[in-house]
Amino acid sequence: MNRTVVHDTFVLERRYGASPRRVFGAWSNQAAKEQWWGPDEQVEAFEHAMDFRIGGRETINAKLVEPAATVSFEALYQDIVDGERIVYSYEMAMNGRRISVSVATVEFLSDPAGTLLILTEQGAYLDGLDTRAQREQGTAQLLAQLTTYLEKETS
Amino acid sequence: MLKYADGDTVSLTFQALADPTRRTIVERLSLGSASVSELAAPLSVSLPAVHQHLQVLEHSGLVRSEKVGRVRTSHLEPTMLQTVENWIEQRRAMWERRLDRLDAYLATLPPEVTPSAGTEPVRKADQADQAGKEGNR
Repeated sequence: MNRTVVHDTFVLERRYGASPRRVFGAWSNQAAKEQWWGPDEQVEAFEHAMDFRIGGRETINAKLVEPAATVSFEALYQDIVDGERIVYSYEMAMNGRRISVSVATVEFLSDPAGTLLILTEQGAYLDGLDTRAQREQGTAQLLAQLTTYLEKETS
Repeated sequence: MLKYADGDTVSLTFQALADPTRRTIVERLSLGSASVSELAAPLSVSLPAVHQHLQVLEHSGLVRSEKVGRVRTSHLEPTMLQTVENWIEQRRAMWERRLDRLDAYLATLPPEVTPSAGTEPVRKADQADQAGKEGNR
């Protein structure tokens, strides 16, 4: 197997017209979180368990329709400051294989609009490229980009 | 390495892929590594011609070949790097959609009873803004 690790960090900022306490509540309460968290893709099965406290775990197991795959998320809450900050580490696995390990930091800051949320995600993306499906997808994408490029060239 | 910020590398990539035979080779290699004769088998071209196409693909950085004994094996490499970039981009896009849904969810909640103004801790940046405004008066 081709062993690879790619590291990446991204930061997203959003302003919400609600108090930090309320936005924090949407992350800390399981029923509330399920209203917006996901799943992002079409799923045929979805399980979610959440123990929101320092040292507590959160797990999600989902069976995707397209691409047909099982995806799991397992998080450990490492730091919680009520109404202000959540830091958790998590791993993602696809078809039983670990594809990434990340640290996510969510900060809830008071803002004239209500809340400024800052999400910082630092990830190590593992070996996940060495699968035929992903190579095929990458190639298909490259060929699609080529088509677009050639269309622009000839027009 | 395939870098899209680098116009020359992009041109090389597209030149390499503009040829239908080379596209067939790339599609075959997306399934896994292959020897020159394996690549030539489904194509109606000679082994030296396949070899030439491979050189163009190698020059573009799309394909890497290794010679072990008398067998030359080729595989795709930069496409994988491109794929991880897409993958990270997907993760980011997922977070964007998720944070949008959080906004939509918050909008469904009843108005907050506790007045938030004055009772919330004020950020340092806000205090600095405030001080700046007062200084201008």
